[in-house]
Amino acid sequence: MTYTSPLPVTDGRFYEGSRLKIENVEMAYGDIDVIRDVSISVEPGTTTCIIGPSGSGKSTLLRGVNRLHEPKCGRVLLADDDALALKPDVLRRRVGLVFQHFNLFPDHTALQNVALALRNVKRMSKGEAERVALARLTEVGLAERSDHRPRDLSGGQQQRVAIARALAMEPEVMLFDEATSALDPELVKGVLSLMAELAQRGMTMLVVTHEMGFARRVADQVVFMDEGRVVESGTPDEIFDNPQSDRLQLFLSEVL
Amino acid sequence: MDWFDNIIKTFLDFDAMLQVLPQLLTTGLVNTLIISVFATVLGIVIGMILAIMGVSRTAWLRIPARLYTDIFRGLPAILTILLIGQGFARISQQLFGPSPYPLGILALSLIAGAYIGEIFRAGIQSIERGQLEACRALGMSYGSAMRLVVVPQGIRRVLPALVNQFIAIVKDSSLVYFLGLLVSERELFRVGQDAAVLTGNLSPLVLAGVFYLIITVPLTHLVNYFDNRFRTGRRKATPPKSGLEEVAERSTLSPALAHGENT
Repeated sequence: MTYTSPLPVTDGRFYEGSRLKIENVEMAYGDIDVIRDVSISVEPGTTTCIIGPSGSGKSTLLRGVNRLHEPKCGRVLLADDDALALKPDVLRRRVGLVFQHFNLFPDHTALQNVALALRNVKRMSKGEAERVALARLTEVGLAERSDHRPRDLSGGQQQRVAIARALAMEPEVMLFDEATSALDPELVKGVLSLMAELAQRGMTMLVVTHEMGFARRVADQVVFMDEGRVVESGTPDEIFDNPQSDRLQLFLSEVL
Repeated sequence: MDWFDNIIKTFLDFDAMLQVLPQLLTTGLVNTLIISVFATVLGIVIGMILAIMGVSRTAWLRIPARLYTDIFRGLPAILTILLIGQGFARISQQLFGPSPYPLGILALSLIAGAYIGEIFRAGIQSIERGQLEACRALGMSYGSAMRLVVVPQGIRRVLPALVNQFIAIVKDSSLVYFLGLLVSERELFRVGQDAAVLTGNLSPLVLAGVFYLIITVPLTHLVNYFDNRFRTGRRKATPPKSGLEEVAERSTLSPALAHGENT
């Protein structure tokens, strides 16, 4: 973990992130190619933001990394393991995914949402799972709402429960699929600040986002995708202040 | 008012009703309920298996489930009951004795299973894909995800339809009489019918009908209650809360980052 934060790290512990390497990955829906020869390398403990217009394949790529959608060819390396050769369930235990629409379990409380996979996948006892779940909920500022069901929580709170749920599995890499796109504007910041905090604390993160402010402030690397390809990548300064390609310039002029 | 008296005598002869009432209560009602409840429980088991097969990605599971459903939903209930009840009489005799009662229950549950399977399948498929994906993304197996998350939600969603199915089974249970039941095994319809034939008066059948309604009508209303409750949710209304309060919730955790801009 060589991440040096410009900001003082808050109370929490550091995460032990792993390197994520996507090499020449191609993905398709049936006959339609959605991801064409994409390579992205995320160093341990760093954050990479993927930006780009809708339909550029950003979300599909994330789903390829944890194989909710199986890549057609290419390589995905997690630490030094070939992710496409691992059993999907084993891979997914090591990769956390946060969805745009939270996908919390509506008939479970916040605590049960976090505890479910701990019990079922990590085989923890009920007490142990609930202890860990509560600790993770505390981490995202929701300890007091641990007995609420999702519909009694705001969108922002729901998304933070979803993040706690993913964190509880102690993933080596966290994937965020437009985690704030479905939120009311005033609730976005709470989720983004939580994500920034995770980045600070050494989590390896691959973040698909439309929040350019977040990408600029938090990302170590920004990747611009369009039509299933990586068009341009670099540091936030390079991407936002000195865009090279026409597509990126056009995109930035539309969103900024 | 001759015709009026006639009608009263034919349908609402209270003496005839009173005579058959004890038998309707102690034999008819009990047997109708036993047949219906057993057929429903078995039907739910069959239906759940069919539904799980029906949503499977393997055609080898999907196709048999489809075939089963098409056959047992497509045949008249009376035909299935007669085929099962008479066709398996010999095997049944060795297992349960001479009574056709178990076979009647079996036939009813085979039919009910087809309908309930479709109800469950619709329920399971109505659960957003994200639920399964969230489970899978956490490393849960398909089976665990279905068992712990998807199926329970699906069942909850179709409870009203299940109650409707139970009502249908209660009514269909009358068809079992075609198999020829022992006196002690007769259900509401058969008890009423016997008494009607014996007295040459339809009043016992009318009373049997009233018993059916006593079972089914409250259930119909229970369905509506269920439906409302599940549609609107059972929670009490809570006063709206400003989203701005939530901003504070997070910013206490990492003050250094809470002032980020959103553009």
